[in-house]
Amino acid sequence: MIEEKRIVLRNADNIDPEDIKDYLQAGGYRGLEKARSMRTIDLIEEVKKSGLRGRGGAAFNCGLKWSFVPPNRGATFVVCNLDEGEPGTYKDRTIVQKDPQTLLEGMAICAHAINSKQGYIYCRGEYPYVVELLNRAIGQAKEAGVLGDFDIEVRMGAGAYVCGEETALIESLEGHRGEPRFKPPFPGVEGLWGQPTVVNNVETFANLPEIVLNGGEWYAAIGAPNYTGTKVLTLTGDVKNRIFIEVPTTTTLREVVFGFGGGIKDDKKFKAVQVGGTSGGFIPEHLLDTQIDADSMRSIGATLGTGAVFVMDETRDIVDIVTRIAKFFEHESCGKCNPCREGTYRAYEIMKKINQGQAVAQDIDNLTVLGRVMEKACLCGLGQAAPSPTLTTLQHFYPEYQARLRAQ
Amino acid sequence: MATIREIISSFRDKPGGIIEAYHAVQRECNFLPEETIPIAAEVFGLSEAQAYGVATFYSYLSVAPRGKYIIRMCESAPCHIAGADTLIKAFEDALGIKVGQTTADGKFSLELTECVGQCQGTPVITINSVPYVDLDPAQVETVLALCQ
Ligand SMILES: Cc1cc2nc3c(=O)[nH]c(=O)nc-3n(C[C@H](O)[C@H](O)[C@H](O)COP(=O)(O)O)c2cc1C
Ligand code: SF4
Ligand code: FES
Repeated sequence: MIEEKRIVLRNADNIDPEDIKDYLQAGGYRGLEKARSMRTIDLIEEVKKSGLRGRGGAAFNCGLKWSFVPPNRGATFVVCNLDEGEPGTYKDRTIVQKDPQTLLEGMAICAHAINSKQGYIYCRGEYPYVVELLNRAIGQAKEAGVLGDFDIEVRMGAGAYVCGEETALIESLEGHRGEPRFKPPFPGVEGLWGQPTVVNNVETFANLPEIVLNGGEWYAAIGAPNYTGTKVLTLTGDVKNRIFIEVPTTTTLREVVFGFGGGIKDDKKFKAVQVGGTSGGFIPEHLLDTQIDADSMRSIGATLGTGAVFVMDETRDIVDIVTRIAKFFEHESCGKCNPCREGTYRAYEIMKKINQGQAVAQDIDNLTVLGRVMEKACLCGLGQAAPSPTLTTLQHFYPEYQARLRAQ
Repeated sequence: MATIREIISSFRDKPGGIIEAYHAVQRECNFLPEETIPIAAEVFGLSEAQAYGVATFYSYLSVAPRGKYIIRMCESAPCHIAGADTLIKAFEDALGIKVGQTTADGKFSLELTECVGQCQGTPVITINSVPYVDLDPAQVETVLALCQ
């Protein structure tokens, strides 16, 4: 049986998250100290060597992202994405609640790499208690002098899923409506207030202290070669154990659901698992031996995304669940671009029709074409990923749709 | 109690601080009273349309009056399959209002929300952002009694 490997969560439940002294005693801020003794290009090179890819969903190489920040361009910003809006996900909250200083240390390491004096943590409005915890943690870090001249401010979102998208998040930090920007320019070149900005996820930052301390090669030897290290997963739905775990990325879905998850509740059978949050694909039983790393997941038409693992038992109604998900996207579409604003509306309309037994085969064809168009034509990841639950369930659970069609 | 102008003005020097200012107003008033928008526009150098645009973009901000206790029921997929619908119905029955409404005494508002990040304990509601997990309809009265 494969075991957990805790890097991000190494201190979870071993230290008092409210007391920086505990963190320091556990070796905290030694990674930052080492980072500060390194030249910035060497630090970025070390992070590249680790192979660490972003844990917020897009899986972009972390060191590579940092290397896009042009040197000597005046003010630069480090932004932590703690918007965590993806349904079924509670990992970033857990990481921060268990060990807030790890996040601050990771951000300060990034600040050294891109020569930034100011960081922001964008925390979702649903977590006011996390904002308070972070403010206390920052206060303690400042008092202890560990952050040097790097300052961190916590800003609170206000209940918009799209603000997790990095350019929408930047708009929101600037005090605007959270509508995504056209890319390029990418934030690394032109981000917050037009200045170079690195946006990374909480879990990405939280990996950095150990990476710097132990070296990139140490990290690269853990997990899958193309998606190195560990991943924090959150289990929800019909599994026995609804828990968070941190495992090497070579772990398979079957090990996650039936090993760590303890299998299906109430001795029922497995039907499907949706990985990566509500925009992830649905995965049937015969694909459960896939590794969780981002590339393996992509190869089966799914995504690792945030690492949410939503399990459904044999009694669950796929069409009803996908209809609920279609409503989510209709509601959260920011409306800036037409394919998504109109597409999510129509997709929900058709899904409702199918769910109510009023649809004909042509509706399913229309839904498929609409999904394909949205994947290509939508401006941001919200609209591009929205059709995935529909398209993957049409692929793997077609009989459930067929059984709902109105006799013609 | 600080006036709305005082609350908003205290965020004047925070770049992009209008959303923080709106949060602060809501902590006092539960919603954004009408005068909030022109004051915020003036303090942050925006047009009223822009200030209104920000206030209406975010689901946590409300330009319509809300109750002292804002009950939000998560209806994202994990809560949905855990019986969110029945739980909503139980709250509607107990309060005598529908989702989106506020009780006549101004005490409770009932709203739907998407995932609030507590899915280890579905179904989940929040009352003024405090999460209550693993609820079943039989517990509704007990939960409401906590709001005094
Ligand atoms: C609609 C949408 C929502 C997103 N929500 C989040 C989020 O809540 N947290 C997050 O870290 N990244 C989120 N992302 C991904 C970010 O745009 C971005 O890729 C990420 O913050 C970069 O950090 P990373 O490279 O460390 O993963 C979202 C993307 C989209 C399109
Ligand atoms: S894809 Fe949707 S959420 Fe993204 S910019 Fe377009 S309308 Fe907004
Ligand atoms: S799905 Fe309801 S709290 Fe996450």
